[in-house]
Amino acid sequence: MVVADMPLVTTPSFSSGGDDETLKIGTHVLRSRLIVGTGKYDTLQLMKESLDASGSDCVTVAVRREKLYDREGKNLLDYIDLARFTLLPNTAGCYNAIDAVRVARLGREILKSLENPGADWVKLEVLGDSKSMLPDPIATLEACKRLVDEAFQVLCYTSDDPIMAVRLKAAGAVSVMPAGSPIGSGQGILNPNNLRIILEYLKSDDPTYPVIVDAGVGTASDVSMAFELGADGVLLNTAIAHARKPVSMALAMKHATIAGRLAHQAGRIPRRLYATASSPEEGLITSRPW
Amino acid sequence: MITIEFNGEKRQIDEKSTIVDLLRSSKVESRFCAVELNLEIVSKERYETTCLVNDDKIEVVTLVGGG
Repeated sequence: MVVADMPLVTTPSFSSGGDDETLKIGTHVLRSRLIVGTGKYDTLQLMKESLDASGSDCVTVAVRREKLYDREGKNLLDYIDLARFTLLPNTAGCYNAIDAVRVARLGREILKSLENPGADWVKLEVLGDSKSMLPDPIATLEACKRLVDEAFQVLCYTSDDPIMAVRLKAAGAVSVMPAGSPIGSGQGILNPNNLRIILEYLKSDDPTYPVIVDAGVGTASDVSMAFELGADGVLLNTAIAHARKPVSMALAMKHATIAGRLAHQAGRIPRRLYATASSPEEGLITSRPW
Repeated sequence: MITIEFNGEKRQIDEKSTIVDLLRSSKVESRFCAVELNLEIVSKERYETTCLVNDDKIEVVTLVGGG
């Protein structure tokens, strides 16, 4: 792809954006802070090229019934380099704790036989309804506790409610993943203040605890904003898969990750009501209006 | 013949069919799948020795694209 040869090539030391290179989630260590989904692509080949361009080394996958008729003969896994990508199975489509635990176990079973390191973790997602696709907080907490009891490392999708985030961390989630906005909505981060509070609460006694913004990203600036706020990672799918040019958007997301993370580490200047001149006041040959 | 429920659909299969027999006849690649029999996961090592009986409910799942 032409886009892969663009001049914005980064050195390996900046591949995940910043000084502290890796993203640690439980016992897993990721080189990239961007986790990408594998759904909604027009073709598996386009997905493969997009995953490559994103710079990610972790992708989410869903567990579904084998098709008994009209099987294409192609499996998603034929298009994912299992030596590069850690798979993160999700419980998407579950609306109660029992189903979520059941799906998580099945995902673990598949990954165990693939000998992929993702076998011991799960992206927990328990939804309240199919229209808003907002999480059911009570069922999510219940499922999180059960999965932690079964030795899963749980990355827990949740709303941007700080109190719920605290409860999920206390239940043993290795990462809390607040939504920026509803799944697939492309609305970006609707309530940055809630995200700031979540980050403050979850990191107050544990600065390395990973908080990942999951869902709602529409474009690259949303990713940068999440990192500038202090998020440790971003998980997205639709923003790449449904972009007009998915591979280009994947590359944009990679650079947005690097830019946002570096900006966060560099420290933004305070906002001021009035201007401060960048050019010296001394030596002016002009006069002021007042 | 016995009747089982395979991924939500009723299906007639030979008596004493094993999970391997069912996967083969359905052209399912076992490398990429997991099997749940009556809500219990069956490990791959047991596919050949697990015989299906009447009214069994079997789910065979794989990984697909998701977010």
